[in-house]
Amino acid sequence: MTKDEHEQSGKSIKIKATDISVAYGDFVLLENASFEVKERDIFIIMGGSGCGKSSLLRCLTGLMPPATGSIEISGVDFTAADPLSRNKIMQKCGILYQGGALFSSMTLAENIALPLEQYSHYSKKMIAELVSLKLALVGLAGFEDFYPSEISGGMKKRAGLARALALDPDILYCDEPSAGLDPISSKLLDDLIMELNQSLGTTFVIVTHELASIFTIGTNSIFLDAETKRIMGKGNPQDLLKNPPNDAVFNFLTRGKDENA
Amino acid sequence: MQFERTAENNKVTITLRGDYIACNNAPSPAHFIADLKKENINKVVFSTKELGAWDSSLVVFLFYLAKLGNAADIDINLKTLPKNLERLINLALKVDRKPQSKHLSRLPFLESLGEHTLVIIEASLKSIRFVKGILKSFVRFCKSKAIMRKVDFLFALEDCTYKAVGIVSLVSFMVGLILAFVGAIQLKAFGAQIYVASLVAIGMLRIMGAIMMGIIMAGRTGASYAATIGTMQVNEEIDALKTMGIPISDFLVIPRITSLIIAMPFLTILADIMGILGGAAVGITILGISPQEYWQYTRDALAFNDFFVGLFYSIVYGFIIAACGCYYGINCGRDADSVGIATTRAVVSAIVWMIVATGILTVIFEVLGI
Repeated sequence: MTKDEHEQSGKSIKIKATDISVAYGDFVLLENASFEVKERDIFIIMGGSGCGKSSLLRCLTGLMPPATGSIEISGVDFTAADPLSRNKIMQKCGILYQGGALFSSMTLAENIALPLEQYSHYSKKMIAELVSLKLALVGLAGFEDFYPSEISGGMKKRAGLARALALDPDILYCDEPSAGLDPISSKLLDDLIMELNQSLGTTFVIVTHELASIFTIGTNSIFLDAETKRIMGKGNPQDLLKNPPNDAVFNFLTRGKDENA
Repeated sequence: MQFERTAENNKVTITLRGDYIACNNAPSPAHFIADLKKENINKVVFSTKELGAWDSSLVVFLFYLAKLGNAADIDINLKTLPKNLERLINLALKVDRKPQSKHLSRLPFLESLGEHTLVIIEASLKSIRFVKGILKSFVRFCKSKAIMRKVDFLFALEDCTYKAVGIVSLVSFMVGLILAFVGAIQLKAFGAQIYVASLVAIGMLRIMGAIMMGIIMAGRTGASYAATIGTMQVNEEIDALKTMGIPISDFLVIPRITSLIIAMPFLTILADIMGILGGAAVGITILGISPQEYWQYTRDALAFNDFFVGLFYSIVYGFIIAACGCYYGINCGRDADSVGIATTRAVVSAIVWMIVATGILTVIFEVLGI
C-alpha cells in the first residue's frame, strides 16, 4: 500500500465476479451473480439463511469451484488459475472464519506465526515482534502464550482476525464476524474492522446478516435472495434502505417492518 | 529503505525514505531509545515526505519505538506520521484487556506428588461411577426402560458386525499362517510337523482368536466410539442430552456396549475358522501334510472348553473396548486436539485392560481347571 495509492480518489477493482453460479450437485443455490468489489471497500454479502452467502464466500476463497462463471482477483482469473498461482493469490488474502478456526494445539502466537514462518523471510525475532503487533492491533496484547481454549469466543474471533492479518493481506474475507458475539463485542469488532480498513487500506468482504453491522461498516453490498437464487440488490446498504429496489431487500433491511405493521 | 536521524535541541527527527516492504534490517527500537536516553533527547518527530510503500515491518518498528519511548518518558510524536500509520500505531498501543498471568511455577515435590495422587484417585472414582452408571443402564435396558433409540443400537451392531468381517478374516488368516510357520520351525526338528494343526487349533480357539479380535476391534470400533462421542462433546450434544435429562449411559453407551458384546463372539468364531484355515494353508502347501490328516489332527485337538473360554474372553474384551471408547469420548475436552487424545487413550487403555483381564482370567481358569 503506497501513500499515493491511499490518497488516490479513483479506486481499482479488487474482485470481479462474472456470472457466478453456486451449486451442490444438482442443487443450485445462486445463479448468474455478477458483482465488483473495489479497493478499500467494506463489501457486504447479505441475505437470509440458506441463500448461499457462505457458499459464495467459499467460491471466492477457492474452497469450492463455482458451477459456472469466473472470479478475477486483482486482475488475475482466480477460477482458471493453476494451484500454484492460486496459492500465490491467496497469500494476499486473509480469511476470518466464523468461529476463528484457530489451531487448538497451538498458542495464539504460534497460530499467527504459522503463515509468517511459511511465507515470509523474516527472522524469528521479527516474527515474534510482528505476532505481538498483530495481537496488539486486535486488542489482545499480552495473550501470546494463551491457547484458544483459554480465551472467550469474541477473543477467538479477534485472534482469528490477527492471524488473517499476518501477511498484510490486500483482501480480508470475514464469514459472519458478529455471529455468537454479544452486542458490545460485536460493536468492538465492527470498530476494529473499520479502523483496519481505514489505516491499512485493506479491502473487506464480509458475509453477514447482522443489520447493525451492515449499516455501520458496509460501504457496498449485494443482497442474495434464496427464492429467486439471484442478486436482488446492489449498492451502499444505507442507500438500499432509502431506495429499496424490491420488497425482498426492503423486508430484509427493515426486519419485515411492512409485514408486521 | 533509508532511515536517517538528525538531532537538534533535545529533539530527533527520523526521516523515512523509500519503500519499507518486508524490511528485516530496521534498527532495534530498544537500542535506539537507549541511545536517545544517553543523549538526553526527549522528543522524536518523523519526516515522511519521501516515504514510499510500507507494510507491517515498518509498523512493528514504529510500534515498539512508541511503546518503549512512552516507557522511557520520551515524546514520540506520532502525529508527524501519515494519518493511517498514526491510527494504526495508536490502535496497537491501545490495550483493551490485560491478560491474567498464567501459573507456570512448578510445585514442590511433595505437593506435586499429592496433587498427582488426588488426580489418580479422582480419575479412579470417575471410572467406577462410569461403570456403575453402565450397570444401572444395563438393568434398565433389560427391563426395556433404558432411554435409547433402536436405530442407534442397530447402527452400532451393523458397524461392528458385517462391516468388520473383511479385516477380521484377513488378519486372523494371517495370524493362523504365522502361528503355523513359527510352530513348524521347532516341530520340524523333531519330525512332528503334523502337530502344527493341533497348535494352531488350540492357540486360535483358546486365546489368539479372541485377543487378535480384541486388538482389531479396539483400533477399529473402540477408536470410532471415542471419536464419535468426543465430537459430540465438542459440539455440545452431550450437554444437550444432559439438560434434557437423558442418561448418557442409556443413550450413548448401552447401544454400543451391547452391540459389541453381541458381535464379539461371532467375530471370534470367524477369527478361529480363518486362523485354522491360515494354519492349514501352511500345513498343506509347505509342510506337505494332506488335508484329511490336517483336519483329523485339528478335530482331535478341538475341545469345547477351549472354544467357550475363547468366547468368554471375547465377551469380556467387547465390554472393555466399548466401555473405554465411550468413557474417553464422554470425558473428551472441547477442542479438536482433545478428540485425538481421547481416541488414543481409548485404544491404549482398552488394550492394556484387555491384557490385564487376560492375565486374571487365565489364572482363574487355571485354578478352576478349565
